[in-house]
Amino acid sequence: MLSIDLQFARGDFLLTARGQFATGVTGICGASGCGKSTLLALLAGLLRPQVGRLRFGHTALVDTSAKLFTPAWRRHFALVFQDGLLFPHLSVRDNLLYGFRRLRPADRLMSLETVLRLLEIGPLQQRRPAQLSGGERQRVALGRALLYSPRLLLLDEPLSSLDERLKQQILPFLKRIKEVTNIPMIYVTHARAEVDYLADRVLFMEAGQLLA
Amino acid sequence: MAPLSTEESQALWLSAKVALWATALCLPTGLATSWLLARRSFHGKVLLDALVQLPMVLPPVVPGFLLLLLFGTHGPIGGWLEAHFGIVIAFTWKGAALASAVMAFPLMVQPVRLAFRMIDARLESVATTLGATPWRAFVTVTLPLALPGIITGTMLCFSRSLGEFGATMAFVGNIPGETRTLPLAIYNFMHAPDGESAAWRLAGLSMALALAALLTSHAVSRRAERRLGYSETWGTRAQH
Repeated sequence: MLSIDLQFARGDFLLTARGQFATGVTGICGASGCGKSTLLALLAGLLRPQVGRLRFGHTALVDTSAKLFTPAWRRHFALVFQDGLLFPHLSVRDNLLYGFRRLRPADRLMSLETVLRLLEIGPLQQRRPAQLSGGERQRVALGRALLYSPRLLLLDEPLSSLDERLKQQILPFLKRIKEVTNIPMIYVTHARAEVDYLADRVLFMEAGQLLA
Repeated sequence: MAPLSTEESQALWLSAKVALWATALCLPTGLATSWLLARRSFHGKVLLDALVQLPMVLPPVVPGFLLLLLFGTHGPIGGWLEAHFGIVIAFTWKGAALASAVMAFPLMVQPVRLAFRMIDARLESVATTLGATPWRAFVTVTLPLALPGIITGTMLCFSRSLGEFGATMAFVGNIPGETRTLPLAIYNFMHAPDGESAAWRLAGLSMALALAALLTSHAVSRRAERRLGYSETWGTRAQH
């Protein structure tokens, strides 16, 4: 599905990642500072690798030798950050629909109602992000990404800002997303237990290297 | 207070026109400059920053003099504008608007730039991963979040333009009905025999206008802040 061979350097930090990602959920585990978030930013198209290739299905998205770089807004992947990063000036509903509204109706795989039900966030629609708890915020961030009907869902430590009790509350939602939507996911975390629960396979990352 | 004489109301309306045009010039250029200074790193950024601030610390007559050299009928830009478009800047109200814009520019840039810097740049990244081009992300995320700062900058810029004196005097002179704005009219009345009461009236009017502009700006930007959901806890929001 996704195949990568990337090199990215910044200062004296060097990231190298090579591998194939099948459908389903791929967990990537590693200590903080090992380059997990940088890898996700490269996959999302927020960072440009100095050297490398990235293919999704039969489409080349990055090929530095051919000067090809597809920016984030044309990849149709979605990225969920650890602190959710909801747009503070928009209601929960407008946050949810931010990516959805940018899709042609034919490309919308899920309706707002489905996502509201799936993540149990229906009653929150009219609230502002500042009025949400950490767990609610993260569910809305997930919902916003899902409504964009991404071809690939990238999750950057989506639970690490939550306490243990909340983590246990959100994990089943992630499992539900996996089972209901079939959207391939790459789930990055430092917590092994999360990927053991959720992922179909686990890769490890150490000092900027993805060990496939 | 006695009603304004023709000369006084002429100065008032001219001031309003000049200040509006100066603000209209500063708004797009100020937004672009603020964004560059807040979000980009490039060679010469320190120099650009200093240049933007320069009118605040220079004697106003210096920018006025430089404008005259550049935009005067024999200046490189002024001569070109007149030859190709028949536009005359020097010693016209257009020149007064330009001088006001140059002097008020730092007051537009400072709050807007601060507002841009307060916004987590990752919010724009999120927007692009949801299919928004960088321009759409700027319009739908950055601009609305910076709105209180933009309102403050606009009002400060407008008020400063109303009060512009030194650069205007040096660049476009003190021509009744053309470049004699409120401050220049006050200056004139101060030196005219029996002008004191007119100077008093216009000075009072200037203070009232400036105060009204500042209070309006405060109220409007507070309202924008509330509408955007910026609560008192805004500053404590996790930034990283």
